[in-house]
Amino acid sequence: MASYSFLAIAKNALAGHRNWPRAWRDPEPRPRYQVVIVGAGGHGLATAYYLAKEHGITDVAVLEKGWLGGGNTGRNTTIIRSNYLLDANARLYDFSLKLWEGLSRDLNYNVMASQRGVLNLGHSDAQMDGYARRGNAMRLNGIDAELLGREDVQRMVPLLDFSREARFPIYGGLLQRRGGTARHDALAWGLARAADRRGVDIIQNCEVTGIRVEGGRVRGVETSRGDIAADKVGIAVAGHTSHVAAMAGLRLPIESHVLQAFVSEPLKPFLHTVVTFGAGHFYVSQSDKGELVMGGDLDMYNSYAQRGNMPMVEHTLACGLSLFPSFSRLRMMRLWGGVNDMTMDGSPIIAKTPIEGFYINGGWCYGGFKASPGSGWVFAHTIAQDRPHALNEAFALERFERGYVLDEKGAGPTPNAH
Amino acid sequence: MLLIECPWCGPREQVEFTYAGDAKPRRPQPAAGQQAFFEYVYLRDNPRGPHRELWHHTGGCRRFLVVTRDTLTHAISATAPVDKAGT
Repeated sequence: MASYSFLAIAKNALAGHRNWPRAWRDPEPRPRYQVVIVGAGGHGLATAYYLAKEHGITDVAVLEKGWLGGGNTGRNTTIIRSNYLLDANARLYDFSLKLWEGLSRDLNYNVMASQRGVLNLGHSDAQMDGYARRGNAMRLNGIDAELLGREDVQRMVPLLDFSREARFPIYGGLLQRRGGTARHDALAWGLARAADRRGVDIIQNCEVTGIRVEGGRVRGVETSRGDIAADKVGIAVAGHTSHVAAMAGLRLPIESHVLQAFVSEPLKPFLHTVVTFGAGHFYVSQSDKGELVMGGDLDMYNSYAQRGNMPMVEHTLACGLSLFPSFSRLRMMRLWGGVNDMTMDGSPIIAKTPIEGFYINGGWCYGGFKASPGSGWVFAHTIAQDRPHALNEAFALERFERGYVLDEKGAGPTPNAH
Repeated sequence: MLLIECPWCGPREQVEFTYAGDAKPRRPQPAAGQQAFFEYVYLRDNPRGPHRELWHHTGGCRRFLVVTRDTLTHAISATAPVDKAGT
C-alpha cells in the first residue's frame, strides 16, 4: 500500500486522483485469531495497532458492528488535553497527549492534531484557588499549565462577556497550551490503515452477539458473520461496555447516558483556543472549517438512544450565550447525541477481568477521544502481557470494591454527576 | 421533551422532574456484608431496553415515582408511585 507523501499527491494529481489504492483491506473473518478486539473505534483500532507495532502480535481481528469510526469516535467534540488533578489520570492522559504529538508522523496519516490550547474559565476566587491547585498538580506531573488573570483571558478571547452585566464575571482561567483539537475521523482512518498494513484484519458490519466462556476462560466470540475462536478477547465498545460485558456474565459499575453536541454555521476564524465555561455546562472550539463545535452536559437519564432532548439543548446554548452574547444570531447546523459509559467514579476501566483472557477497555465517560492512542497503547500491553502497564494499574476493575476509586471531581458513586 | 405522567399531578414536562437513577438497587440489611454493599453502591444492570427508574417531581408534588422507560427509544410505558411499586 502506498505511503502518503508530497510526491504521492503530486503523482496522483497528474492522474486526476483516480488511482489511489484503498486505505485498508476488507477481509472475510477467519475462523480463529490469537486476539479479537471488539469495536473499531479509536480505542479498538489503537489497541490493534500497538499490539502489532509494540508487541509483534499481528494475528488480530478488530470486529465492528457498523462502520469503522461510526460510534463515539465520530460523535465527540475532538478535544485533546491532559489537565487532570489526580496522578493516575494525569499520567495516562499526558502519555496519550504525547502520542498525539507524534501520531501523524507515526501513522503516515495527518490526524490534524492542533495544539491551540484548552482554557478553563474561572468565575470566583474559590474557583481560581481550585485552578491553582490543579495547575500545580499538573506541573508536578510534568504537564504544562498556566494560571491566567482576567486581562490575559481578555487578550486571548476578546469576545467573551467582560461587561459589568455578566452574570458570572470572568476572574481568570487555567490554560494548557499543549491541549487543543484533532480530527476525529482521521484518527480512526489513520489507525485502521496503519494497523491493516501490519496485518491486522478489520472486519466491519460484524456484530458480536455472544462471548464464549468455558471453565472461566474466554474461547471466542459469536458474531453476525459466524463464530470466531480466540485466545484473548478485548472489548473497546465504550457506550455499550455493560451491554457487551453482560454477554460474558459480568455486571459493571457503569451507567450509559446520552451527551449532546452541536455545530454552528461556519464563521471567519475568531476563536483560537478551546474555551470551557467554569460556571455552567458549556464549552466551545472553532473547527478548521470555521464552524463552532459546542457541548454541554448529559441529559442526565440512562440512554442508549444516541439522541438527546430539547431541555438540554436550550440549557447548553443559554450557557453559551451568557458567555458569548455575540452568538445570539448564530444559526445551528447540526446536533447529535452519543452514548457515554459513565462509571461510578468518573474514570475509565482498562483492565483484566475475572474471566481469563477477557479484557475490558471502557467507562470513558465524556473523555474518551483524547485518550484513544494512550488507551490503546496500555490496553495492548495489558492484553499482550496479561498484566496491566504501570500507567493503567490504577484503572483496575477491583478499585470500586477495594476503595481505590479515582474520583476527579469528588462527586461520589453518582454516574451522571461526573 | 419527555412527558411524564405523575401519579399525583398528571402528565407533566420532564423539566419539572429530577432523575434519581435505577430503581432496582435496594439497600441491604446492615449485617449483609461487604459484597452486598459493594453491589448496592456500585453495580448496575444498565439495560439496553426497558428500565425501571426513579424520578423526583421536584418542580411539582415533590414525591418520588417509578418510571418504566425504554433506554433505546425513551418511550415511557408506565409510571407508578414509589411505595406501590415496592421500591
